[in-house]
Amino acid sequence: MKVGVVTFPGTLDDRDAARAATYAGTTAISLWHNDADLKGVDAVILPGGFSYGDYLRCGAISRFAPVMEKIIDAANGGMPLLGICNGFQVLCEAHLLPGALTRNHELHFLCRDQKLEITNNQTTWTSSYKVGQEIVIPLKNGEGSFQCDDATLAALEGEGRIIARYVGENPNGSRNKIAGITNERGNVVGLMPHPEHAIDPLTGPTADGLGFFTSVLIAMVK
Amino acid sequence: MALDTVAIAKANPDTNQPFAELGLKSDEYARIKEILGRRPTSSELAMYSVMWSEHCSYKSSKVHLKQFGEKAVKTDALLVGIGENAGVVDVGQGYAVTFKIESHNHPSFIEPYQGAATGIGGIVRDILTMGARPIAVMDPLRFGPADAADTRRVLPGIIAGVGGYGNCLGLPNIGGEVVFDETYIGNPLVNALCVGVMKHSDIKLAKAAGAGNLVVLYGAKTGGDGIGGVSVLASETFDATGPAKRPAVQVGDPFVEKVLIECSLEIFAEDLVVGIQDLGGAGLSCATSELASGGSGGMKVELDRVPLRDATLSPEEILMSESQERMCAIVEPKHIARFLEICEKWDVTVTVIGEVTDGERLEITWHGELIVDVPPRTVAHEGPVYNRPLAKPDYLDRVNAEVINVPRPETAAQIKETVLKLAATPNLADKSWVTSQYDRYVQGNTIQSQPDDSGMVRIDERTHLGVAIATDANANWSYLNPYEGAKLALAEAARNIATAGAKPLAVTNCLNFGSPEDPGVMWQFAESVRGLADGCLEMGLPVTGGNVSFYNQTGAVAILPTPVIGVLGVIDDVRIRTPMSFNRAGLELYLLGDTADDIAGSEWAYMHGQRGGKAPTADLQREMRLINLLVAGRTSQVFSAAHDLSQGGLSATLTEMVLRHNIGAVVEIENPGITLISESPGRVVVAIKPAQAAALTSLAEQNKITITKLGTTGGTSLVINGADISLTELRKAHSETFPKLFG
Repeated sequence: MKVGVVTFPGTLDDRDAARAATYAGTTAISLWHNDADLKGVDAVILPGGFSYGDYLRCGAISRFAPVMEKIIDAANGGMPLLGICNGFQVLCEAHLLPGALTRNHELHFLCRDQKLEITNNQTTWTSSYKVGQEIVIPLKNGEGSFQCDDATLAALEGEGRIIARYVGENPNGSRNKIAGITNERGNVVGLMPHPEHAIDPLTGPTADGLGFFTSVLIAMVK
Repeated sequence: MALDTVAIAKANPDTNQPFAELGLKSDEYARIKEILGRRPTSSELAMYSVMWSEHCSYKSSKVHLKQFGEKAVKTDALLVGIGENAGVVDVGQGYAVTFKIESHNHPSFIEPYQGAATGIGGIVRDILTMGARPIAVMDPLRFGPADAADTRRVLPGIIAGVGGYGNCLGLPNIGGEVVFDETYIGNPLVNALCVGVMKHSDIKLAKAAGAGNLVVLYGAKTGGDGIGGVSVLASETFDATGPAKRPAVQVGDPFVEKVLIECSLEIFAEDLVVGIQDLGGAGLSCATSELASGGSGGMKVELDRVPLRDATLSPEEILMSESQERMCAIVEPKHIARFLEICEKWDVTVTVIGEVTDGERLEITWHGELIVDVPPRTVAHEGPVYNRPLAKPDYLDRVNAEVINVPRPETAAQIKETVLKLAATPNLADKSWVTSQYDRYVQGNTIQSQPDDSGMVRIDERTHLGVAIATDANANWSYLNPYEGAKLALAEAARNIATAGAKPLAVTNCLNFGSPEDPGVMWQFAESVRGLADGCLEMGLPVTGGNVSFYNQTGAVAILPTPVIGVLGVIDDVRIRTPMSFNRAGLELYLLGDTADDIAGSEWAYMHGQRGGKAPTADLQREMRLINLLVAGRTSQVFSAAHDLSQGGLSATLTEMVLRHNIGAVVEIENPGITLISESPGRVVVAIKPAQAAALTSLAEQNKITITKLGTTGGTSLVINGADISLTELRKAHSETFPKLFG
C-alpha cells in the first residue's frame, strides 16, 4: 500500500511522516506540490511545517498548489487523507474540513508532550485506537487554536466528528478542547498534534502515534 | 552621489573620504592606499571597511587565536580545520560532522526578535556552506537581571526570534543556556550553535578555482537591510547618546532560508559546485573576496547584475548589504544549466554575476565601469593585526582576596530553605517557559534535549550512530580567573557529553568580551584563550573553529568574560546511553568526585551579592579519568542515571534529578554547609541498581575517582539529612519563576 507525503516549499515534517508511514508497514511516496500527479498512491498525508512561510494565513497559499487539486478530488472520492498541524490548516483552507486554526491563546509557539483522548475510532485514520484511549504525542505549533461558529461546533459534536481532544489544561484555546476532526465520511482527518513524532520512544515521548498510520493500512486492506 | 570609479580615483588622488565614519583608523586608511597605490574608490573603501572591521578581521584577537593551531593535538579526526566557514570532524562510519557557534549580540540588543532570528539564520548557512545538512541548533543566551525592565523587553523577543526562525527551518533546538547577570544589561549575549552532517566526500570549501567558472548568486534579493551592520554594530561600543542604529539590523525570512537549504542540498547532491560561500557579515564584499582568495586566480563581477529589492541602492550599499538568505557558488559552465533548473524548481532567484579569471585581481564593474580592482587577499585575509596592550585588571587582586561570607545550611530547616531558594533562582529555575517555544522534535532524530546535560541527535537510523553537544561557560569563574575559567568551562562541557556516555571529540567556542581597547579586557581575553588552548591540548581535543565578540560593554562597564565552549561527542549507539535521571525507586545514589569548599563564584554566593574569592583550579587529568569512567560505565550499562554537578552544586543536581520523573530520594551528606552548595568541578551524581555497586567501585578504583554514597531513590520527597522537601513544593518553586517573570 502506497502513502503519498506532500512536500510544499516550507514543509518540515515530510521526512518524519514518511518514516512513520514506513514504520507502519506502508510504502511512503514523495509528492511534490507543483506536480499535479498523485503517482498512484492509496492515501495522502499533508505533513507539518510552514508551507509558503505561513504567509497570508497558514495553509492559505498551499491549498492552491497543483497537487492539491488532485488531492481534493481524490478525497471527495473517498481517498484517505490526513493533515497534521500545517496539513490540518491546509485542509481547513481547502474546505475539506470546517473551521480554522488561529493563534494559540497565549500567543507563543508551544512545543510539549500532549495528552489526548481519542473520541472517534470510526475513521480511516483512528481505527487502531479505542474510544476513550489516552495517548501522549508532541504538540508543536503557534497557530493551533481550533475555532468555528456555534452551528459548526454543534454539528461536529452531534455527528461525533471530533476525533481527539486535549486532556487537562487547554494548551491553545481550541473550542471544546478539539485536537482533531474528521469529515462526514471519515476519510479526511485533521489533527493538530504530531503522531509522526511519536512512533518510537527513542525519539518521541511514546510510540502512541503509530496507530494513525496502522489504521489507514488496516482500512485499505479491508 | 556620482559614481566613483578606479579611473576617477587615479585622477583625483586627494578627494576626502569618510574612512573614519566607516570605522577605519587613519593608519588603516593609509595602508589601503599603499596596497592599491592610489586612493580607494568609494566601493573599495566600503569593502575594506567592513572586511577590516573587528567582527570580520579578528584584528585584535588573531595574535592570540593562533594558539589553537600551535598547541593543537595531532588528530586524524579533524577533516577541515580553522579558517573555513566551520570545522569538520570525522565521527566514523563515513560520516563527517560540522558545528560552530556564532554571536549575534549587538543586533539582538537593538532589535531582539530579528537579531536573534538572523543569528540562527547566519550560523545555519555557515554549516550548510560546508556541504552539510543542518540537523540541530542550540542557543547559549545571557541577559541582565531577570527582574530588570530591559530584560523583560529583550528576553521574550530573543526567545521568540530563536524559535521563530529555527522552528520555521525545521531544525530541532536541542539545548542551550539562559543565564542572568547585571553586566549583561545593555549587552545581552545571543550565541547560536548549529550542527550539520554529511558524508566525507560531500565536504565543500570556499574557493573560486578554475578560470572561466561562473560566479553565481542565489537566494534572496539584495536590499538595504543590515548595511554596515557588522562594522557599525559589532565593532563599536554602545553609547547612550549615539544615534539610532536600527536600520543596521538585518531582517530575516526563515521561509526563504528553508527553501535555500533544500535547494542547496539538491545542488550539492549532484555535485554542481566547485566552491561555495554564504553571504553573512559583510555580504558580497566578504563572499567575493573570500572565494577569490581561496582560489588560484582572480574574479570578475558585474555588480549591476545583482537582483535588488530596492532599485535605488548604490554599488557601495550593494557591496555592504547584509541581506539574509543569500549564497554565492562557483559553478563550471557545463553544470550551470542544471544549477539554474534546480533553483527554478525551488523558486529561488539565481543570477550569474561574474566569472573566475586567471588574473590575480578581484575586479568589480558597475554598468561597464571598473569600480573595484583589488588583490582579494588584502581584503579578506591581510587586514590589520593588532597586538593590543594587555594589563592584569586592577579588580583582580582585590576580589581574589575577598573572604566569602554566605549563610551555611546546617539544620534541616536551613537545608530545606537553601534547596528551595536555589531551585527557584532565575539562573537555576526550570527553563520550560523558554524551551517550550522551540521545536525539539522535528526531523525525528532528537534523542536528548533540554533539560538533559547535552543535546543528542541520531545521525544514522540503521546503525544508531549519534552525536552529542553541550555548551558551557562559567563567567563568574572567568571573572575571578579567566585562565582557569576557560579550562573549567571546557571540562564542564566535556563532562556534560560524557554523562550520557558519549565520547568528547572536538571543541568550538564563542568568546564574548568587552572592549579590546581596554587592556584589562584584553588581558581577560588573552588568558581565556591561553586557558582554552592549554586545556584542549591536555584533553586531546582539537579546536575546530570559533567566533570572537568584542565590544560587549556599555560605557566603562564590560560584561563578565564569557567564553562559551561547545564540545561535540560521538556515541556509537544512541539506544545505549545513560539518562540524566532515574525513573524508579530503590536505586542507590552516589557522588563521583571530590568536594571542596568552592563557594567563590558559585550561584549561592552570587545570590548573596558575593562576587569575590578564588576560582577553583581545573584538574583536567582527573576530569579525563571521570569522563573515562562515565563512558566505560555506559558501555557496560552500570548506570541507571548520571547527572553533572555545576551551578547550584549538589542541591541543584538532586532537584533536577528528582523532578525529572517525579521520583524522590533520601540522602545523607556530611558537612551540608559545604556539600550542598559547593560548586567543586569534576563531579557527577549517578544512580545504580544495588547489584551494580561492585562494578561502580571497580570503575572508580581503575580511574582513581572518589565515590561517596548519598542515599537511595524513592518516595514523594527529596529528603536531605532529615529535611523533607515534598516534590510538589520543590516543583512549584522550580517551575514558577519564569512564568511569573515573563508571563
